[in-house]
Amino acid sequence: MRRFLYILILFLALSSTSDARKKPKDLIARYPALAPYFSTPSTEAMQPDEKGFIRRWLLLEPIAHETRTNTVFVDSYVRQYLDTGWNKGDFKLPQDGRDGWHALDSRLFNVKLYRFAVGTETGRYGMICRVVTVIDVPEDIECVRLATGSNSASMWWIDGEEVLILSGDRRMVMDDGASRRLTLKKGRHILSGAIINGPGMSDFCVRFIDEEGKPVLDYEILNK
Amino acid sequence: MKTSLRLTSLALFMAAAMTASAQEGKPWIHDPSTIMQCDGKYYTFGTGGGGLISEDGWNWYPGAERPGGGAAPDAMKIGGRYLVAYSSTGGGLGGGHAGRILTMWNRTLDPKSPDFGFTEPVEVASSEVDEDCDAIDAGLFMDPTTGRLWCTYGTYFGFIRIVELDPQTGARVEGNEAVNIAIDCEATTVIWRNGWYYLLGTHGTCCDGVNSTYNIVVGRSRNVTGPYLDNMGRDMIAGGGKMVVDAADRQFGAGHFGRYVEDEGVEKMSFHWEADLDRGGRSVLAIRPLLWENDWPVAGEAFTSGVYEISSVRRGYALELAVDFVRHDIPRSRWWEASDEPIASYPNQTLEEVKDTWPEGEIPARIGDWMNRPHQRWTVTAVPEAGGYLGGQYYKIQIEGTDRVLAAAKDAEVTVAPSFTGAAEQLWRIEQLTDGTFRIMPKEVPGTERQYVLTSIADSTPTLAEYDFNSDNCKWKFIRK
Repeated sequence: MRRFLYILILFLALSSTSDARKKPKDLIARYPALAPYFSTPSTEAMQPDEKGFIRRWLLLEPIAHETRTNTVFVDSYVRQYLDTGWNKGDFKLPQDGRDGWHALDSRLFNVKLYRFAVGTETGRYGMICRVVTVIDVPEDIECVRLATGSNSASMWWIDGEEVLILSGDRRMVMDDGASRRLTLKKGRHILSGAIINGPGMSDFCVRFIDEEGKPVLDYEILNK
Repeated sequence: MKTSLRLTSLALFMAAAMTASAQEGKPWIHDPSTIMQCDGKYYTFGTGGGGLISEDGWNWYPGAERPGGGAAPDAMKIGGRYLVAYSSTGGGLGGGHAGRILTMWNRTLDPKSPDFGFTEPVEVASSEVDEDCDAIDAGLFMDPTTGRLWCTYGTYFGFIRIVELDPQTGARVEGNEAVNIAIDCEATTVIWRNGWYYLLGTHGTCCDGVNSTYNIVVGRSRNVTGPYLDNMGRDMIAGGGKMVVDAADRQFGAGHFGRYVEDEGVEKMSFHWEADLDRGGRSVLAIRPLLWENDWPVAGEAFTSGVYEISSVRRGYALELAVDFVRHDIPRSRWWEASDEPIASYPNQTLEEVKDTWPEGEIPARIGDWMNRPHQRWTVTAVPEAGGYLGGQYYKIQIEGTDRVLAAAKDAEVTVAPSFTGAAEQLWRIEQLTDGTFRIMPKEVPGTERQYVLTSIADSTPTLAEYDFNSDNCKWKFIRK
C-alpha cells in the first residue's frame, strides 16, 4: 500500500511538472489565432535565424496605453513611458506563464506584437509591450551592434543598460536603428525591449550586426 | 553707408567665390601637367618651365623645377621613377609648327632632395614647320591592360597623334609609326576606365585671358589608337567631342586635363583656368571632382559653403540632431470643405520656436525623415586656416543659426558638439565621388590614426567606418537650401 502511495505521488508530481512545461503549448492551444505567427519553444537552445534575427522571446501581455497618434513618440515621451526601471536593478528573468509573461518562438523574423495581443485577447491598439530574451555567447564578440526595427517607437537594453532608442512614428524596418559598437562578453546576457504603439500594426525585429552590417550568428538563444 | 554696405557685400561675395573656386596660395600656372604625388607632396609642371608644389593639395606655391622650358608638359610615375614629357615648341600660335616632344626621368620631384636630377631629354616625336601636325602638348598614358606606354601630342594645326614609348627608357618604341587619332584640338591625353579608352582634348580659344573659350571635350574607343567617338558617334578626327568642362561663373578657359585617382570612386581632374576674375584674371590651377555618367567623364562642381540638407544615400533620410521632434502648429483647414477664405502662406518652423527644447551640451547625431526642421538644416562653412586636401578645403558642419557642430567622437562614433573649437575632429573633408554623391571624412578621429568616413550603419544611425565606395552606407547628398 505504501509503495502504491509513493508511485501515485511520483506520478502526480511528474504530471504536474509536465503540465507546467506544456503551459506555452497550452497557450497556443488555448488561443489558436497565435498559431500562424508563433510556436511553442522547445527546451533546446536555438540559434538566430540565417539572417541573424532573434525569434525566441518572452512577451509580456500588453499594458494598455491610450494613444491617438504615434507622432507623439518623441524621445522624451518614449523614455518617460518605456524606461521606467522595469528591467533594471534586481530584475529577474520572467517565468513563462507567470505574471503575464509568455515564452514563444516567432515563425517570422519580425515578432508580431499585434497578433500576440489580439490572439491572447489582451490588447489591440494603444499598448506598451515588453519583451525579453536570453542569449548565451560562447566567446567574446567585439564590435557588434544591436540592430532593431519596430512599429512603433521602442527602447532596447542589454543587461539593463540602454543601447538604443527608436523614437517617432516608426515602421518595422530591419536595421532601422543600431546601437554603438558593443563587445558581447562570453556568457549569458539579458536582452530586453519595450515597444509602444498607438493605432495600427505593432511588431519588431532584432538582430546583431557586425562592422560591415552583416548578421552575427555565433551565439545561442535560450528560453530560461 | 550704402557704399560701405555695397563694398562689404562685394567683399563677402568675393571671399565666398574665392574659397569656392580655385586653389589657395599662388596657384599661377598655364598648361598644368597631370598632378603627381611624391613623398607626401603634390606637384604639377607648366609651360615655360617650373611648376607648383603643394603640401596638402589645396594650397599651391611655385617651387617645382623642370628644365627645358617649352610648352605643356605631362608627368607620370612609372615604377619608382617619374617620367616627364614636354615639348620644344615650334613657334606659338602664329609661328611655325616645327615641334619636338621630349621625355626625361627623375627619381624624385622634390628639388631639395639629393636624389633630384633629370636625365638627358630624349626626343620621341617631332613635326616639320608646315606639317599637318604640331608636335607639342604631350600627354602620357600607361595602358593598364597591356602595360604599354603611349604619348599623344598635337594642336589646332592638324592632327593629334599617338606614338608608343618604351616604359623602361621613355624613348620611342623602335619602328613605331604615329597614328592620327583626332584633329584640331590641344592638350590631349588618354585615360582608361571600365574597358574604354578616353581621349581628352581642349577645344576653343587659347591664351586670350578672360576671353578664352577653351573647353575640354572627350571621345572614347575600345582601342587605344582609336577611333575615338563622341556621344553622337562623331569621330574626334572629324572634330567630335563631348563636353567635360567649360567656363564657370568667374573662371574662364578650361584646358589641359589631367586625371588623379585618389581612391576607389574618388577621382579628381586638374586643368587650368585661362583667367580667374577673382585672382586678377590670372591663369590658375583648377582641381575639380571627376564624375562618371554612363561611362562618360564629367566635371563635378567645386563644393561651396551654404545651408544644406545632408541626405544619406542608404535610405534618403537626413542627418539631424537627435532631439525631440517639435510639432509645427499651424491652423489646419478642412480640404473637403469649400471655402472662399483667402489662402494663407505660413512660415516654416523656426529655430527660435524649438531651440529651447534642445538639451545643453553634446547631443547625439541621428538620421531621420527630412522635414526641413531646424534640427536638420546644416550650415557648411569652409575653414581656410585648417588647410585642405587635394582639390578641397576643410569645413565645419553646424546646425544653422547655432554653434552646434558635427564632430567625430571616440570609438569611431559621431556626435554634435555644443560649439566649434577648431579641433581636427570638428573639421570635415567633403569630396564628391565619381557617381556624384559625396563622402564626408573627419580630419581626425579621436583615439585612432585610421581614416574613417561618415557612414549610415543603420537607416537612422550615423557612425564612422572604413570607406567603401561600393556601399551606399558611405555616401551622402548635399541638397542646397
